[in-house]
Amino acid sequence: MSEALIRLEGIEFSYPPDREVLAGVDFALSPGERVGLVGPNGCGKTTLLHIMVGLLKPTAGTLGAFGKPRREEADFHEVRRRAGLVFQDGDDQLFCPTVIEDVAFGPLNLDKSPREARAVATETLRLVGLEGFEERITYKLSGGEKRLVSLATILAMKPDVLLLDEPTGALDEASKQRVGEVLRGLPQAMIIVSHERGFLEPLTTRILGMSGGKLVANSQSPIAARSISR
Amino acid sequence: MIIFGTLGRSFIGRIDPRVRVLAAVLFSIVVVLCRGYGVLATALAATVLLAVVARVGAGQALRRLTELNVFMLLVAVSLPLFIPGTPVFHIGALSWSSEGLWRAGLIAARANAIMIAMTALLATMEPAHLGFALSHLGCPDKLVHVLLFMVRYVEVVHVEYHRLRDAMRLRGFRPRFNRHTLRSLGYLTGMLLVRSLERGERIMQAMKCRGFRGRFYVLDPLKICGRDVGFAAASAALAAFLVWMEWQ
Ligand SMILES: Nc1ncnc2c1ncn2[C@@H]1O[C@H](COP(=O)(O)OP(=O)(O)O)[C@@H](O)[C@H]1O
Ligand SMILES: [Mg+2]
Repeated sequence: MSEALIRLEGIEFSYPPDREVLAGVDFALSPGERVGLVGPNGCGKTTLLHIMVGLLKPTAGTLGAFGKPRREEADFHEVRRRAGLVFQDGDDQLFCPTVIEDVAFGPLNLDKSPREARAVATETLRLVGLEGFEERITYKLSGGEKRLVSLATILAMKPDVLLLDEPTGALDEASKQRVGEVLRGLPQAMIIVSHERGFLEPLTTRILGMSGGKLVANSQSPIAARSISR
Repeated sequence: MIIFGTLGRSFIGRIDPRVRVLAAVLFSIVVVLCRGYGVLATALAATVLLAVVARVGAGQALRRLTELNVFMLLVAVSLPLFIPGTPVFHIGALSWSSEGLWRAGLIAARANAIMIAMTALLATMEPAHLGFALSHLGCPDKLVHVLLFMVRYVEVVHVEYHRLRDAMRLRGFRPRFNRHTLRSLGYLTGMLLVRSLERGERIMQAMKCRGFRGRFYVLDPLKICGRDVGFAAASAALAAFLVWMEWQ
């Protein structure tokens, strides 16, 4: 498994009955790397992230993470803690009434005491620039705030890798910039799915495209290029 | 559309949720079993007092009670028709008995007392605390989860419904009594169900990613203190008093 944090070899995946989405994905995420992932809607970016944390099981291929092969559901408990997935829609991620409870949910699941969990949550909110949001009601936040709180809920678990599914989707320019700034300040290795090359370029160390169910380097594939130009 | 809300930190608001749930259950059982008018009047008076102490907003209370009493009105109109007794008045072959009217009054008094008590004791509670209290009192975890998620996602589904509904309106949809209307409303309902189901799945996945193992923890651990014991004793005394009145 060498140095890579996450390694995929020949990963294939189809949704039942026969919607083939991934057709042999090879990929490795090295420590400190920030990989941008572009591609048209429906090409399988979300599916790929979900496979990495074991929410979906590949139909073929091998997956390794943090130095071990990962196959069974039990293998993925550790992966999910160490590779934090931020969902595309904040309403899927945030389910507690108040912001502080939601950010503390992960730490509490990791057997932190309520006092420690609250401290970690407060600290993480400060990190994403949301001090004073502790008692706000999650479903009444703006889109940009929801995205930052979602990010905080994951950061509170102190992951080694961040998997971000369209962190700028449906955000205005100011919110996008804020998300970008917060991400730039984080030390973790990342995979960032986005449609916006302008957002990815200053943030990432390389950009991959997705086409025909495979990852393509440099995103020079015509499909990826088209989606970027929008 | 918020079902629960904290109504400031009133005296009731600081009582342990478990004690409040137990008091509400005990009170409801006693009220359902009592049949004396004096007893029910006392119970009603006690709940109104409780609501004042819990600082339940007049608007919130009135809205709930109006909904309830519209239904009670139906009971008052229909029940006396089926309970034989001294007729009070009649229209043609339909006659309303005084026994039926009294019975309807009893039901209305019970329902109002329980509704006010629930509003004062439970609606003043954070949903997470209600869930925590219920699961500590032996309520199955599945039921508790259903309750908590309903509270959180009723709003999201509501918004989704309005989005779909508005999208239909923007394309000129007017409900009429025809097949097209029925089919469209069917699609709307179906789509809402499918979306809710998918959302449920995504929420579950997002929770798994954060280490969820089927148990909820709360940030503010609850401790029974003197105030809670006092409130529990007062509730038990009230229940005992009502039962004593009933047996007189
Ligand atoms: N639950 C599902 N069942 C069947 N097909 C699905 C399901 N989820 C996604 N798909 C299909 O898989 C393809 C890839 O989806 P997704 O990974 O969400 O794409 P992306 O995130 O790149 O937009 C899409 O064509 C979508 O229609
Ligand atoms: Mg996607």
